[in-house]
Amino acid sequence: MTDSANTPTPLSDADRDELRRQGILLTSLEELYNWGRSHSVWPLQFGLACCAIEMIAASMARFDIARFGSEVFRPSPRQADLLIVSGTVTKKMAPQVVRLWNQMPEPKYCIAMGACAISGGPFKQGYNVLKGIDRYIPVDVYIPGCPPRPEALLNGLMTLQEKIRGQKLTGPNAPRHLRADDACEYPVPEFGETDLVPPTNPEVWQPPTIVRPDKP
Amino acid sequence: MTNSPIVALHGTPAVAGGNAPSEICHSPLAPGGAHVRSVRDEFHGDLLEVSMGPHHPSTHGVFRMIATLDGETIVKLKPVFGYLHRNHEKIGENTTYLGSMPYTDRLDYLCSMTNNWAYALAVEKLAGQPVPERTEYLRVILAELTRLLNHTCLAGFLLQDTGASGTPLMYAFREREKILDLFEALSGSRMMCNYQRFGGCRVDASPEWLEAAKRLADGYNEFLDEYEALITGNEILMARTQGVGVMPRQLAVSAGITGPMLRAAGVDYDIRKVDGYGVYPRFNFRVPLGDHGDTYDRYMIRVLEMRESIEILRQAFAQLPSGPIMDPKAKIRGFKPKPGEAYGRIEGPKGEIGFYLISDGGANPYRYRVRPPSFINLTVLEDMCLGHSIADAVIILGSIDIVLGEVDR
Repeated sequence: MTDSANTPTPLSDADRDELRRQGILLTSLEELYNWGRSHSVWPLQFGLACCAIEMIAASMARFDIARFGSEVFRPSPRQADLLIVSGTVTKKMAPQVVRLWNQMPEPKYCIAMGACAISGGPFKQGYNVLKGIDRYIPVDVYIPGCPPRPEALLNGLMTLQEKIRGQKLTGPNAPRHLRADDACEYPVPEFGETDLVPPTNPEVWQPPTIVRPDKP
Repeated sequence: MTNSPIVALHGTPAVAGGNAPSEICHSPLAPGGAHVRSVRDEFHGDLLEVSMGPHHPSTHGVFRMIATLDGETIVKLKPVFGYLHRNHEKIGENTTYLGSMPYTDRLDYLCSMTNNWAYALAVEKLAGQPVPERTEYLRVILAELTRLLNHTCLAGFLLQDTGASGTPLMYAFREREKILDLFEALSGSRMMCNYQRFGGCRVDASPEWLEAAKRLADGYNEFLDEYEALITGNEILMARTQGVGVMPRQLAVSAGITGPMLRAAGVDYDIRKVDGYGVYPRFNFRVPLGDHGDTYDRYMIRVLEMRESIEILRQAFAQLPSGPIMDPKAKIRGFKPKPGEAYGRIEGPKGEIGFYLISDGGANPYRYRVRPPSFINLTVLEDMCLGHSIADAVIILGSIDIVLGEVDR
């Protein structure tokens, strides 16, 4: 939609309200598509550690993730849209997590729930702990906490829904699954001599550059 | 007969060739106990190796079972651990004594309060640190609340494993939230309480908190009655659990099983009675014992234990003395116990949770070892599963009550 000559003039809110009063709803295909997708995000029933218990708690009566259309936890990655990495990813488990991510069909999203999934958390200094799942797969929403409360997970889910609603169907900002040239298979790490090989996936993760202010 | 080997879902073919002679899988732990004859003739065909996990909805985390099946019957089961090995013990050796306290929360993440207590008990033994009486009572109250929490969750998850998807777990988590509210009000965190200290505890319980806890304990029997009316007499549950996963008494003792699993096999061993740690000798309570050692017994033992926990809670609220919660001589900063070793253990909800510490006089323990109940209880999984179907293995695993944070550490 970059060609401004073809873009129709948008309706004003007053016009829309008037049409709605007459029983006419106007929307774009993009909006409708994203609205539908954002309210039916099915997570993978996949628990790793402590955060998984809070994930279960979020799907239970008090927090009721069903209000957001995400109560359908699917045991199979083939039916899931959302991978909630809920807990510590160890080096033994990381290949499995990446494989599960590869098995999920596009469009798919990933939430890193808890300090361990983000960075290794309290176990970061451990020899067997992956220092963040974003080294191998692209993460959409990070939820800090150890473990995050169920409300935090709901907030993360709402953030993800907002992100989905903002996605464009065409153009250079189209999401990964609409771009033909983008990789949909992520390399699964293997056990090397001392560490996972490769230690990171450079396409999704680069070591952070530390910018220090110049000394006065 | 077809001679094509069935390729296992994971790795190498399960059984090479279809005409191998019949074999008997003997369990090393049960002399003369459970054994299954697997015959491979033209009626039975090949064995199939199925890898369940580490991603499987019924494995309670990232546990993997490699089951060899004859039809649907398990003839061999190999557990694979280590998918959640978080270097707990190594980190414990590189952290100060107090610094390990938050890590113990994350061992068995359903029962952080009892883990805290076991660790505090070990360090207090090491340092010869006395504990004020009010703290002892608070510890008992929190440990019994944790037992309620853990057993309630177990009952929910067990029913989830049998296929009663959702509803029993919803009931269980409704009660869990009430207990977590209490924990949060007291310690500031729902799950990771980090509450105990060496020679006391972190914050005192307010009268309002005690009132709320008392209300919860008084109302808990009502919930149990409701839950039992729904579940205990349920015909499907009985058919799925009675006679399934029988653990003989001798096997339970020789394999070092503790906790509700041991008592379900009929062995009267409860560390609250045996050691009498804390102020438990002052309470009047019974130890429920099973007589079949099957999955149904393990479920019932937990329900009965919850009822006893409510009794303990009532007595503890009635006897709770006032006073300090922290020993005035307790050292928080610069805590360095004299060289020596100590083993502190308590009866956690899953069994004997113990911490073994060796001090060389420094600020960090020289050796820090956890005795995790659910890991040791898990060692008899194969013996209980042999001869049962693969669907029963899921229930048997659920009745062991494992938490992977503790199994793999």
